[in-house]
Amino acid sequence: MAEQVFWDDVSEGTEIGPAVRHPDTQQLVKYAGASGDYYQIHYDKDFAQGTGLEDVIIHGALKNAFLGSLVTDWMGPGGNLRRLSCQYRGMDVPGRPITARGVVTGKYEEDGEYLVNCEIWLENEEGQRTTPGRATVSLPRG
Amino acid sequence: MASFLTEEMRREAIGREGAAKTVEVEKGAIVKFAEAIGDDNPVYCDEAAARGTRYGGLIAPPTFLRSVTAPRPEYPFEVPFTRVLDGGSDWEYFEPVRPGDRITAVSRIEDVTERNGRIGLMLISTVVTTYTNQFGQVAATQTNTSIRY
Repeated sequence: MAEQVFWDDVSEGTEIGPAVRHPDTQQLVKYAGASGDYYQIHYDKDFAQGTGLEDVIIHGALKNAFLGSLVTDWMGPGGNLRRLSCQYRGMDVPGRPITARGVVTGKYEEDGEYLVNCEIWLENEEGQRTTPGRATVSLPRG
Repeated sequence: MASFLTEEMRREAIGREGAAKTVEVEKGAIVKFAEAIGDDNPVYCDEAAARGTRYGGLIAPPTFLRSVTAPRPEYPFEVPFTRVLDGGSDWEYFEPVRPGDRITAVSRIEDVTERNGRIGLMLISTVVTTYTNQFGQVAATQTNTSIRY
């Protein structure tokens, strides 16, 4: 389990991650089973190509999950995830590493909670942000 | 096709709800989901370790509720596209999801628009799914954007 990060110790610019992922076709099949998303573009190459894609692509929701893990690993057992969003701007394919990263963009107090806003994203090997997003977490005081 | 969606079709679609679906969250489903996304946080998969946390037991990973798929609300018109891409998700979290919870998911069309892009004419829908637990508490909402083309 990650060590605890405290609200007092983070500031604008604090980095989150990186966490490198190596999704392969087996993971896509596991994710299809676990999530119930059996759309064939995620495991059937012929089908994917029939829809105009070059290859099978990673489920957007799995990339969403990678970003979720990035944030929950960082906030530690005392943190609470309040909001998590991302946009699928670019497609990612299995067999290539993708890196989850983030940076703190602000912190504030609201209704007795100590909150931190973060910009988060997945980037491919070329450094392109295929999946940008945002997260808000509450953190304990140190 | 240059345009498909009229303002009247849009107005009729907004606010439409799909059927409610209730799922009992199984511990095995949480463990399997955490494994599938490659997250080994013990609070999702190690009962003994999870009992020592402030949750007092296992909870589900943030995007687990993707596996509780509410039926999509039907459009009040024929959609002339067969291909679908996921555009993105925006989750808000209010209560943890635990094994044994009965989660009821309902989806509602928040907006539908059309746009001409690289892949031609696209229908872009924003659907909000509300996930409510057996105590009547909203555990989470997910706003999902999907692209039909």
